[in-house]
Amino acid sequence: MLNGTTAEIKPREALRINPAKTCQPIGAMYAALGINGCMPHSHGSQGCCSYHRSHLTRHFKEPVVATTSSFTEGASVFGGLANMTQALSNIFTIYNPKIVAVHTTCLSEVIGDDIPMMIKKAKEEKIIPEGKYVIHANTPSFVGSHVTGFASMVTGMVKYLAESTGTPAEQLNVIPGYIDPAEMREIKRIVNEMGVKTVMFPDTSGVLDLPQDGQYRMFPSGGATIEQIKSSGDSKGTIALGHFASHPAAIELDEKCKVPAALLELPYGLTNTDLFIHALRNHGGVDVPATIGQERGRLLDAMSDMHQYFHGKRVAIVGDPDHVIALTQFLVELDMKPVYVFTGSSGKHFEQRLTDMLATHAPDAMIKQNVDLFELHQQIKNNPVDLIIGNTYSKYISRVENIPFVRFGFPILDRMGHRYFPCVGYTGALRLMEMINDALLDHKDRECAEENFELIQ
Amino acid sequence: MSETTDTLIAPDPAAVKAEMLKIYPAKTAKKRAKQIILNDPEAPPEIGANTRTVPGIITQRGCTYAGCRGVVMGPIYDLLQITHGPVGCGYYAWQTRRNLVRPPEGTTNYLQYCMNTDMQEDQIVFGGEKKLAQAIREAYAIFKPKAIAILSTCPVGLIGDDVHAVAKQMKEELGINVMGFSCEGYKGVSQSAGHHIANNGVFKNIIGLDDKADVAEFNMNILGEYNIGGDAWEIDTLLRKCGIHVTATLSGDVSYDQVKKCHTVQLNGVMCHRSINYIAEMLEKKFGIPWIKVNFIGAEATAKTLRKIAKFFDSKKLTDRVEEVIAQEMLALKPVREEIKARHQGKKAALFVGGSRAHHYQDLFRDIGMEIVSAGYEFAHRDDYEGRKVLPTIKVDADSRNIEELHVEADPARFKPSKTPEQIAALEAGGFNFKDYEGMMVEMKKTTLVIDDISHHEMEKLIEIYKPDIIGSGIKDKFVIEKMGVPCKQLHSYDYSGPYAAFGGAINFYREVDRMLTTKVWKFIIPPWEKDPSSATPLTHTTRTEAKNETKAWRKGGAADADGPM
Repeated sequence: MLNGTTAEIKPREALRINPAKTCQPIGAMYAALGINGCMPHSHGSQGCCSYHRSHLTRHFKEPVVATTSSFTEGASVFGGLANMTQALSNIFTIYNPKIVAVHTTCLSEVIGDDIPMMIKKAKEEKIIPEGKYVIHANTPSFVGSHVTGFASMVTGMVKYLAESTGTPAEQLNVIPGYIDPAEMREIKRIVNEMGVKTVMFPDTSGVLDLPQDGQYRMFPSGGATIEQIKSSGDSKGTIALGHFASHPAAIELDEKCKVPAALLELPYGLTNTDLFIHALRNHGGVDVPATIGQERGRLLDAMSDMHQYFHGKRVAIVGDPDHVIALTQFLVELDMKPVYVFTGSSGKHFEQRLTDMLATHAPDAMIKQNVDLFELHQQIKNNPVDLIIGNTYSKYISRVENIPFVRFGFPILDRMGHRYFPCVGYTGALRLMEMINDALLDHKDRECAEENFELIQ
Repeated sequence: MSETTDTLIAPDPAAVKAEMLKIYPAKTAKKRAKQIILNDPEAPPEIGANTRTVPGIITQRGCTYAGCRGVVMGPIYDLLQITHGPVGCGYYAWQTRRNLVRPPEGTTNYLQYCMNTDMQEDQIVFGGEKKLAQAIREAYAIFKPKAIAILSTCPVGLIGDDVHAVAKQMKEELGINVMGFSCEGYKGVSQSAGHHIANNGVFKNIIGLDDKADVAEFNMNILGEYNIGGDAWEIDTLLRKCGIHVTATLSGDVSYDQVKKCHTVQLNGVMCHRSINYIAEMLEKKFGIPWIKVNFIGAEATAKTLRKIAKFFDSKKLTDRVEEVIAQEMLALKPVREEIKARHQGKKAALFVGGSRAHHYQDLFRDIGMEIVSAGYEFAHRDDYEGRKVLPTIKVDADSRNIEELHVEADPARFKPSKTPEQIAALEAGGFNFKDYEGMMVEMKKTTLVIDDISHHEMEKLIEIYKPDIIGSGIKDKFVIEKMGVPCKQLHSYDYSGPYAAFGGAINFYREVDRMLTTKVWKFIIPPWEKDPSSATPLTHTTRTEAKNETKAWRKGGAADADGPM
């Protein structure tokens, strides 16, 4: 397995091998599914839409519907206006969504299709029915990554929908970031437990984690409603989780509607959850209820009970930048040793933030953006680790190097837990601890000498 | 579902079609009407196929790149493949098709690698050829492959990068075979265009590079078999048992070297007609190798195919051996088939997938007595529905004209047909058909609907009206269908089970269908308080003496059996 990968690292400027990122549109499609009654629309060749739907479906095991402009060579030469117009007419007639969220692709970006003009024209020609919405985000795949695409679509929601009516609303906005529906559900639970009125967008819970009841609904009840997103412009403040996926939309909302924002990281682990709870408390004007305090206490208890199994363990972590930043923070809290901290996406903030974070705890850690799994594997061959944390694609490295592995982030294509059990918040942190601990101890139990095989740990 | 099946009155397909079209805007309805056809097996009516998908319709279809890179080229395991373009296309084609491979020890399996040029804005503006050339140099320096293929994505064609010129340049520089594929996603109306482009590239750049034939009395290729879940291994094992050697399977668990010599065989057997008939045709024209349609999906179909191959080779030894093998395999298969057939006879299936699977898998369902109520392909052409006899009447539209038709002539030195024209004529006179794909429609009943490029809306209507017991489809539909309470078998990935080819595979498939049709899960959908609100376990008084007899106490409580009332 992966036997073309050698420890010798030859310089590469042009060849990407086993990427730790994918392209913008899939993120935009995922974000769009977090609006109630929304049809994501891919403006380009139909292969993009097919690839994105397939891959999201593999991660969620849920229906993922989206439409495409189905470009062929003609549209690529003459522009995609006719395709867009016909697509919108079909979408509103046949599927009747409340809103269509258009994202672009390499193809429509290279030929320079002007989406706002197309939307305007469709409105004038009454192809977009009264009371229906069409929003868009530019998501060329030759810029950024799937995380950029997600951020762009969330920013698009603000640009098109958020309004400032002049009457402040007693509510906070939460922009949750590129996290799973189960995690969005958990954030809503925490917010409810805190007693803070919030508007969360996007919200894919109730869209991509549907119960089996024998009925298919193209537009299920979940998702942030258009009214809620509109009202975000009147909110007292925004809590935005994640520099890469969420902060751009929060800043857009501040620019547009003067809504100030607490720019936080994803609530993975103790400190990041503390910061989230604290922000909710202060800006929501509530006390932290005892139940939340108890959740925190149980996490701390586990951290002290199990400390010896985490302390000093060398970890390679690879994934999306917001995820890696927040999780690395938790690894530090557990006294683990982040050795390779990699993201496939680009962004100087990633390196700066992590260099600061690890300056005293793990000054030798290798922190890299815009890097791939091939290089991670080579680095591990040169200097091994005790644990790999990454999405499913990392499992090949784990197998060939016989290193324990925890699946975390997007996509997870071969396990079920992420669909139901969140990693955010204090209880989510317990799940992370459990996964890490089990991976390490299962490995020890499998590999250790018989005399060291112990009943109790 | 099964409760309603027996009493369901067969829907009138014309009425179903009208119902499907009702909601569409006029232009869309007109287009779709040509692709939803009431079947007539005696005289298959013309179906609209291989035409553009209407924008805004939720379609199963993918793109040209997917057909070229993902389907045909992908499984050649020691051919290093670099996707030229932004990161996404290569990423999605990475390990997502289940073409299993078993390369010999020490060979690098490039299926585990996703290599691409991760094109950035700079290259979009100033051109990406330099980066591509550099990427090829780097790939060569690291992996030292035998050959490299470049697969193009949408932006490549639009910005005018010449991948063929880069391939030529790098071929000279590195001294290995480097080939370019202009398989930009927008090139065709579906994956199908990509199959054709891949066929052309393989034929031009790989086939014929090695004239040394494998030593075998009966030597053939299996074309259009992708070893999903190990299908090609099942077929290969079966053929070997009969004494037939397979030089190359295109493209399933196949090496670059095997592809190089696949012009040295006596016969080509074509599984997936849609994706590979071009190579079969070209191999015949250039090297004189006849091709026949084969189908190893379904026990009866497999037996028929084996007999057909034996008949071609015209050897008593082989014919006897084939009969012996069929008898042996059937002996093991029949009890399983009969047991499962008894449970599912008359149940209904619908198949919407691929360019051949929606046809081939009908045989497997028929093996266990199930009926096909409707079927259609995702990206096939008219000949895959109506049979190759319609080929001369197919209009070449602008989208198809984009795809190069290679001009192929008989190779003066290497045109060596394994049969003389007289032998061919004699076989044909005896009812043997060469190049003989008859298509899906002749094998389907008159009452069935044939639907090309089925849309999401049509699928919903189909389920609502026909209430099929099972549907064979792909990943994008699977969970839509299952949310409606109908089990869906993915026929691209086999839901990570299989193999389903040949006799052993057929047994796997019968058991899999049996599992899906007998699972309890759908029966749990309605909770007990909705089924029978009065059925709650009552509150009762239990004495200590009664409690000692635990079973008695349990029964007294009136709790449901573990299996529960279904």
